[in-house]
Amino acid sequence: MEKIMTGEQIIFLAVAFFTLGSGFMVVTTRNLVHAALWLVSTLFGVAIVFALLNAGFLAVVQVVVYIGAIAILFIFAVMLTRKDMRDQGPQTNRGWWVGALIAVLVFAGLYSLLQGWNGLSKTASGIPSGFDAVAELGNALVSPDAFVLPFEVASVLLVAALVGAVYVAFNRK
Amino acid sequence: MVPLSWYLILAAALFSIGLFGVLSRRNAVAILLGIELMLNSVNINLAAFWRYGNVLDMAGQVFAIIVFAVAAAEVAVGLALVISVYRKRNTVIADDIDMMKW
Repeated sequence: MEKIMTGEQIIFLAVAFFTLGSGFMVVTTRNLVHAALWLVSTLFGVAIVFALLNAGFLAVVQVVVYIGAIAILFIFAVMLTRKDMRDQGPQTNRGWWVGALIAVLVFAGLYSLLQGWNGLSKTASGIPSGFDAVAELGNALVSPDAFVLPFEVASVLLVAALVGAVYVAFNRK
Repeated sequence: MVPLSWYLILAAALFSIGLFGVLSRRNAVAILLGIELMLNSVNINLAAFWRYGNVLDMAGQVFAIIVFAVAAAEVAVGLALVISVYRKRNTVIADDIDMMKW
């Protein structure tokens, strides 16, 4: 990188290292409550990445849905099931090095795949003035010529999954 | 300006970390944590391609929102299954959950 970095690049790199470091802690920490809290910090880093990409709505949804609901659900699940996993035995299975090898190979493969693609150094065009991404997103989600059907299917899926979750976790005794 | 490649490499790295978590952890809840990391990296890719492609076409963000919904559904069902198995077998270690193994 011969040129001086811009402020946006410095912010991106700081957020990226924060996100990746937190993500690494999620998969390596022994204590699962700590892993869930590291997940919160990773999700927050991803929310900042969304904000850097001008996807404000996604950043807000990331904080509200992921950190506010999913991460809390994880912490509840860890606390409901934590009796036997605290001190005894390793947290990783016997073939963990195979998993590490596969992960490194996947990253190397994706990296080399990206290097061979010519759209890689593309920079973003400016947002047109007067363009409201959130309003456009809302229109696209409910417009019959756009995405109203996938949107409705996703909502039905969510209802079915939540009802199913209550049924599966219901204590019949 | 940040080039597109930086976002894609960040997403690839986060995906690989999540994949490592899924493949190496013994605890079923920790496996689900790894899956969350992988889903998030996919969302970074979708948002980046939306921003660096045609901004007027909202398909990228809509896809990311559908991924949010699917992730919420997956976590709800997955954790419910883990809790249910924990009640019956008193374990959350993925290797020990072998009731359906023939």
